[in-house]
Amino acid sequence: MNDYSVNIESLSFAYDKRAVLKNIHLKARRGQVIAIMGSSGCGKTTLLKIISGALRPTEGAVHVEGVDVGRLDQAGIYALRRRLGMLFQFGALFTDMTVYDNVAFPMREHTDLPEDMIRDLVLLKLQAVGLRGAQHLTPAELSGGMARRVALARSIALDPKLMLYDEPFAGLDPIALGVIGDLIRRLTDTLGLTSLVVTHDVQESLKIVDYVYFISEGVIVAQGTPDEIRASTLPYVHQFVHGEADGPMAFHYPAPAYDLDLGVQHA
Amino acid sequence: MGVSTRFFFLLLLHSGTCFRRPQLILREIFSSGVLSLIIILVSGLFVGMVLGMQGYETLQTYGSEEALGVLVSLSLVRELGPVVAALLFASRAGSAITAEIGLMKATEQLAAMEMMAVDPLARVVAPRFWGGVISMPLLAAMFSAMGIFGGYLVGVVLIGVDEGSFWSQMQAAVDIREDILNGVIKSTVFGIAVTVIALFEGYDAPPTAEGVSRATTRTVVTSSLAILMLDFVLTAFMFRGV
Ligand SMILES: Nc1ncnc2c1ncn2[C@@H]1O[C@H](COP(=O)(O)OP(=O)(O)O)[C@@H](O)[C@H]1O
Ligand SMILES: [Mg+2]
Repeated sequence: MNDYSVNIESLSFAYDKRAVLKNIHLKARRGQVIAIMGSSGCGKTTLLKIISGALRPTEGAVHVEGVDVGRLDQAGIYALRRRLGMLFQFGALFTDMTVYDNVAFPMREHTDLPEDMIRDLVLLKLQAVGLRGAQHLTPAELSGGMARRVALARSIALDPKLMLYDEPFAGLDPIALGVIGDLIRRLTDTLGLTSLVVTHDVQESLKIVDYVYFISEGVIVAQGTPDEIRASTLPYVHQFVHGEADGPMAFHYPAPAYDLDLGVQHA
Repeated sequence: MGVSTRFFFLLLLHSGTCFRRPQLILREIFSSGVLSLIIILVSGLFVGMVLGMQGYETLQTYGSEEALGVLVSLSLVRELGPVVAALLFASRAGSAITAEIGLMKATEQLAAMEMMAVDPLARVVAPRFWGGVISMPLLAAMFSAMGIFGGYLVGVVLIGVDEGSFWSQMQAAVDIREDILNGVIKSTVFGIAVTVIALFEGYDAPPTAEGVSRATTRTVVTSSLAILMLDFVLTAFMFRGV
């Protein structure tokens, strides 16, 4: 096995004809937390779908845990996914099950463990995210941050090697946001996994990650450690890190000149 | 149509899991079958009572009121039981199935399942299909039984048709193979049609609130039409077979 949990080389991807990702090179070293940042619509979710085998690369090679995802058949993809965990943007908990049953779900589906052992494991995972006391609640009774943590417990149920997070911070209050950030870092370190965090929340993720990739319009425009990113003078990165409204990412959607549109001045 | 046929075969192909874990099917029988039970029983009773009154009116003109039992039971077992129960099933259980699957899709529950290497067709869709297909004939039978009881209430208890001939003529006239078996075949076919339509509409729904609500409406409309058309086709074949 090599040092990289994910190794992407010259990846390009297009929906039908529209190119979404262009010539992406990305590596995730084992045991690290890697952030992929970029504004909405730049192709982050698409990238996660390719890594998890839901979409096939148009060009290039994507190696995950040593296997070439683009060449796997359905059975191969399912086998790979047993070693992956994914946290969906809104948790995607099963609404017809309790918190306990949600976390037990992957174990019941993929193992023949007796119910009392499953119980021990479920409580262990829930304890790790601080929600052992919430085991009898249903997803409807959870706050957004709690739901995200339960989903996290569910996605580590089978001790994955690689965790993928799609916008784990979106829509959370500052406290819940910090909790999720800490959890991602702690779980990565204690369980010895690799984490790939897709996000547009710069401040929170710079606190917890080891390495950052910036994607803009399907291209990696910058990369580096959090310190390098904070110090970066690249206009795009600067705009993103400091949350400026205008810059290389224009505030205005392309439009005809304002005075023309208002009809103040006749063309 | 072509897509839903493909969906149907895929669903059959993915039924292995739920045959190995019958508790998955049992749960769905409970949620689609048992929850439809009350509405089926109440409707059956009223339909039977109406049949009793209307039938008595008609038969009386020919002086053959004792045949009321035959008329009520044959109408129910051959036609009204399977058809009306299936229509009720489509609006009670079918719409619920579509809404549930559509919402699971819209909230990425199905995608999450796939990410956990669990096939939603095998784990979510197939058990609901078999649950529906098994429930439907049972519900139709209960509808008919309730209807016959309703006919008895009105005909015998209320109007005063002779109780002995009500039951004995009924027993003599209703043929196990011809009537009961055909009724069971009909309701099974309706059960397949309703659940496949309901599951497909949910699975195929655009993942938005509007998409799911439209799909739910389509389930009720399409499956009601399908039931009535299939009923015509099946009845035609069954009569030719006689
Ligand atoms: N299934 C799809 N078919 C066609 N285009 C899509 C599809 N999914 C996403 N896209 C487009 O691809 C681009 C990248 O989407 P996505 O990866 O979801 O972005 P992000 O997660 O970074 O916000 C967007 O412009 C989006 O409109
Ligand atoms: Mg996204």
